[in-house]
Amino acid sequence: MSGTYLGMPSFPKAAAASTRDMRLRGNLRHATGTIRAKRAQAVSELGDWDGLRSAGAALKDRTLRHLDRYLVQLESAVTAAGGQVHWARDAEEANRIVTDLVRETGETDVVKVKSMATQEIGLNDALAKAGISAYETDLAELIVQLGDDLPSHILVPAIHRNRDQIRDIFRERMGDWGRAAPRGLSDDPSELAEAARLHLREKFLDAKVGISGANFMVAETGTLVVVESEGNGRMCLTLPETLISVVGIEKTVPTWQDLEVFLQTLPRSSTAERMNPYTSTWTGTTDEDGPSVFHLVLLDNGRTDALADTVGRQALRCIRCSACLNVCPVYERAGGHAYGSAYPGPIGAILTPQLRGVQSELDASLPYASSLCGACYEVCPVAIDIPEVLVHLRERVSEGGTVSVRGRKTTIEPAKGHAAERAVMRAARWAFDHPRALRTGQRLASRARRLTPRRLPLPGPGRAWSDSRDLPRPAPESFRDWWRRTRGEEAPAEGRLEGGDG
Amino acid sequence: MRVALFITCINDALYPRTGRAVVTLLERLGVEVGFPAAQSCCGQPQFNTGYHSEAAPLARRYADAFHGYDHVVVPSGSCAAMVRDNYPRIDEEATREAVAGTYELTEFLVDVLGVTDVGAYYPHTVTYHPTCHGLRMLGLGDRPRRLLQAVKGLRLVELEGAEECCGFGGTFAVKNPDVSAAMGADKARHIEETDAETVCTVDNSCLMHIGGTLSRRGSATRPVHIAEILAGTEEAPL
Ligand code: SF4
Repeated sequence: MSGTYLGMPSFPKAAAASTRDMRLRGNLRHATGTIRAKRAQAVSELGDWDGLRSAGAALKDRTLRHLDRYLVQLESAVTAAGGQVHWARDAEEANRIVTDLVRETGETDVVKVKSMATQEIGLNDALAKAGISAYETDLAELIVQLGDDLPSHILVPAIHRNRDQIRDIFRERMGDWGRAAPRGLSDDPSELAEAARLHLREKFLDAKVGISGANFMVAETGTLVVVESEGNGRMCLTLPETLISVVGIEKTVPTWQDLEVFLQTLPRSSTAERMNPYTSTWTGTTDEDGPSVFHLVLLDNGRTDALADTVGRQALRCIRCSACLNVCPVYERAGGHAYGSAYPGPIGAILTPQLRGVQSELDASLPYASSLCGACYEVCPVAIDIPEVLVHLRERVSEGGTVSVRGRKTTIEPAKGHAAERAVMRAARWAFDHPRALRTGQRLASRARRLTPRRLPLPGPGRAWSDSRDLPRPAPESFRDWWRRTRGEEAPAEGRLEGGDG
Repeated sequence: MRVALFITCINDALYPRTGRAVVTLLERLGVEVGFPAAQSCCGQPQFNTGYHSEAAPLARRYADAFHGYDHVVVPSGSCAAMVRDNYPRIDEEATREAVAGTYELTEFLVDVLGVTDVGAYYPHTVTYHPTCHGLRMLGLGDRPRRLLQAVKGLRLVELEGAEECCGFGGTFAVKNPDVSAAMGADKARHIEETDAETVCTVDNSCLMHIGGTLSRRGSATRPVHIAEILAGTEEAPL
């Protein structure tokens, strides 16, 4: 696998391969099953979980409604604290800004603390093209990088790997990137962690430039916040001389007080901990303490377009806890790579098609990558109604409509390949809207019921069904006919439906 | 009390026994039921696949067909959820009355009629799969289990991973066949592990998927809608 999501196949095609990968299924079932149970326990400890959940949602909604104002406030606070703010409209612009900033320092190596935003824009590739090596320092992210792989989970990017695989990756690849793995490295978790620690320590001590993301940006003081478990973030945020933070504009909160809610809900939802081990905050620059140069790159990349959509915008509330991935039965079977973006799982299925649009085959397939079971909505700590947004985006794919593209209202056509489906839906609707015709059809089907096979030999949607399940047979007599035979016809209650049924 | 039955399209054509069981059950409980012939599909396939303009006429047809009744009873969690959750999104004004009056069967029994012991008899081991729409959209809670526990002769056994989706999801089963089948296989395995004679749900669409999977695997467990269990008595077992 190469370091890009570009040109990935549609979700069903990618998932067809991953559902057959029994090792992957085993790794995922084990990892998500464990965290699922722990999360439920951690959440049940809080008596006011529902209150925190609605408070978080309301806070984010209010901030998003006035985002323009808070962003301007944030910019002036960061600047007043000695930082520099850059605005990036899209991935290309953000990558160019960061590359130029690194070039100015004259360095060719940078350390990174895990950041979804830089994954989203493909920053590592862009830096590599400019001759700059970016070293991932999050343990799981390091595994992904050494394995020439892509992340498949928001919080545990290497969730698809088990200990054996990680040991092999460390043994084979660590030496290419710096300090090699110790001889005879086993798959014992503490040995693996120690190998990573030694390898990374060298990187931290050498690095002059650090690149980070942020979980929150506090508008009133211009403070950025990173919540983490390993402490690698704190190293990246304090040791280098120059710090460049790339953050999506939706991560803004108005005040420090707002953090109170999220610092309770985020760790419990993501790692099932009451409190995460490290919470780092930084505000501009401080003399002789931490980086002396600080840049904040504020990333739009489709976010204002998502914001323009009154149903879809709730996706921007996401605090990237990954709880929705861990409960999702589709994610568990398909794996994160099938979603073809930095954001896998249910949140990816609604965020990616909003950020990137629904033009590509992959992006158009994402809103359908769900059985609408609702488990994701139930666990989401900011109450994003993911099924509602999925169905809303399905409408965009199948019927087209007005969307905002780079801030401009644009009418889009239905996605390609939906003509046949549309015809079926229309025909079905017509039949359902004409009960007499429907009844005739049902009777024909009933008469031919013995001819209905349990499996279908021909390709098509029926085949997909009957590959793994037996088809049901139409009943000899429909309920409708039974009612009429035994009870007689009942007129519409107040005759409001003239001519609907005979 | 004028109560109308909404017999959804899958029930009507494929599982008419369910509808007949609902009639038997409600009439035994003294409810007078009607079946307005103008009813048809709730529009769920169209709506959930994104064809909202195709779903709209069906939502309005529903509102018209059931206009004038005190309650509409639906032996299908997902169709009841379609009416209650999505009709207001389609046409709030036209469907308001129908939305307010619509109940899933177990809700109607427990909340409106106020019964949990419906006098049923079913001498079998049963496991219960709470369907996603019943569980999360309608919030049926333990109503179905309470009804089942009160059935004479019935032994209810726990299902591992009960709250996990069976993988049906309407057009999901066709659009994402591999993931759907993988989910179905896990559900079927958990059902087999209970050794129950019967698996029941409040939704025939999920049962179609679960039953089809069990049948292909050669499992002995029978899929049965909860209405059919509740309709049987010692005098007239179903
Ligand atoms: S959508 Fe909700 S549950 Fe999923 S990652 Fe975001 S905040 Fe967490």
